[in-house]
Amino acid sequence: MNKKVKQNLGFLLLFLCILTTVIFLGLILYFIIIRGYSVLSYEFLTQVPKKSMTAGGVAPAIVGTFYLTLGAMIFSLPLGVACAIYLSEYSPQSFIINIIRISINNLAGVPSVVFGLFGLAVFVKYFGFGVSLLSGSLTLGIMVLPSIISAAQEALTAVPQSYREASLALGATLWETIKRIVLPTAFPGILTGIILSIGRVAGETAPIMFTAATFYMRGYPNSIFSEVMALPYHIYALMTEGVHPEVQTRIAYGCTLILLILVLSMSTLAIILRQRQRSRTYYGT
Amino acid sequence: MYKKKENTIRWIFTILAFSSLFFLVGITITLFISAWPAFQEIGLFEFILGREWYPTYDPPDFGIFPLIMASFLVTIGAAIICVPLGLGSALFINELASQQQKALLKPIIEILASIPSIVYGFFGMVVVAPYLQKLLQIPVGQTAFTGSLLLGIMATPTVCSISEDALSFVPNSFREASLALGANRWQTLTKVTIPAAGSGISTGIILGMSRAIGETMTVLMVTGGAAIIPTSFFQPVRPMTSTIAAEMGEAVVGSTHYHALFAIGLILFLITLIFNIIAELISRRYRLKLGLGR
Repeated sequence: MNKKVKQNLGFLLLFLCILTTVIFLGLILYFIIIRGYSVLSYEFLTQVPKKSMTAGGVAPAIVGTFYLTLGAMIFSLPLGVACAIYLSEYSPQSFIINIIRISINNLAGVPSVVFGLFGLAVFVKYFGFGVSLLSGSLTLGIMVLPSIISAAQEALTAVPQSYREASLALGATLWETIKRIVLPTAFPGILTGIILSIGRVAGETAPIMFTAATFYMRGYPNSIFSEVMALPYHIYALMTEGVHPEVQTRIAYGCTLILLILVLSMSTLAIILRQRQRSRTYYGT
Repeated sequence: MYKKKENTIRWIFTILAFSSLFFLVGITITLFISAWPAFQEIGLFEFILGREWYPTYDPPDFGIFPLIMASFLVTIGAAIICVPLGLGSALFINELASQQQKALLKPIIEILASIPSIVYGFFGMVVVAPYLQKLLQIPVGQTAFTGSLLLGIMATPTVCSISEDALSFVPNSFREASLALGANRWQTLTKVTIPAAGSGISTGIILGMSRAIGETMTVLMVTGGAAIIPTSFFQPVRPMTSTIAAEMGEAVVGSTHYHALFAIGLILFLITLIFNIIAELISRRYRLKLGLGR
């Protein structure tokens, strides 16, 4: 075959690959938006479910997802940033870095349902927190820890060495330098990572299935030990439980659309923030 | 005074930094402890190689061989879809796309990666499965194939972004040398760039597969759930992850069934651990090869 023809065919193939990927994204968004749009209303967003899930809204699920995400972040954010600070600022020996890096990578690869099992055995049963907001938040927090660490570490590494040297030369201690110079400079980068993680936590289902989520609640969770409704679990439950499949599928479309809007606005926000930082930050040479 | 405070802070950070290791070890120990009674009561070989999974029958059968086969079948199917799509997309973005196309395509891939698995599962259940059922004239639309298709699409962004990273690390001098020798762009791509990025690309593929085998919600909603050893792509199957998710709610705490589900979790955890270690080893060798390692 002619060299030129082969090249054109090859390039066409690559183009088809990316086209297929983009078309799939388009299809998913199209179906969810078209069919979910008609379900959304002010009532759907603000009312509690009524008549065994066939009427009313899904407000407790939205609130539950918010609480779970908040709880997970309260737990994993300080821990993740501290770990990243240690790795990038306190420059430990390389074998310690390796041990920590390997554990982070492996923790990141653990299937989400296994985190659910861990949460069930440790938080729900062993510590006796029960199926609760607290158990779910802790489980989700552990799950999202690796992404927070890598995001924070990346942001810290991007802070120029000269900033640290200038601060240390002025007599500041290492901790003062980290607190006053390094963290504020790295903050926008860390924020981007946090926003991406929030999107991920909000959409996770398997870790909260046995640790926090419940299908039906009359009101809102009133303590960290109460069960919660959560959007992703609610979608699953609507599709697999209950006795009114048609009405429930409709509601599930609405929930999926809300979840997609939440998650995608988070990732879009993160992408925009990152691009703005890249074009604006000028660290000098 | 200063020195003392600095040292205390340093110690706090050191302890917190080991949290990942702590949790990883904690997960391993918890799974072992909770799974142990199952191995004792069922027997390790009967458990892994047993061909019947009927946990609620009397007497119950706890053989997870069909579940393991189902997981691998669905994952291999997903790989057949995500490897060409992910790698092809990465090559297009990195080698062919203009600056503007890149600025458009990279965020699209990232958005695809951030869609939660429950959304893929829901989409698969209400749109893909009924469509496939009609198109292929099969009795149920929820099959191993449906699961593979959706998992493949889910894993595509993982494969794509890691391969794209690997491709961008290939020094331009490699490409220039090949072009200067008279090779055209396609020859350069297939004979120089892809082999040079080979280990990075394989890391991406392994991590993509590891993500697919551990994925729960999507397979739970679209693979149907029949615990039989699969003989074809177009029949319902029950992978390991969906078994845990579907049955944990009804298993009595402390029963053999409960411990058996933890044992499935342990085996799943070990499989993904092996995937991740292989990826780690390959990517280390690759950093050394391109002179990026320390």
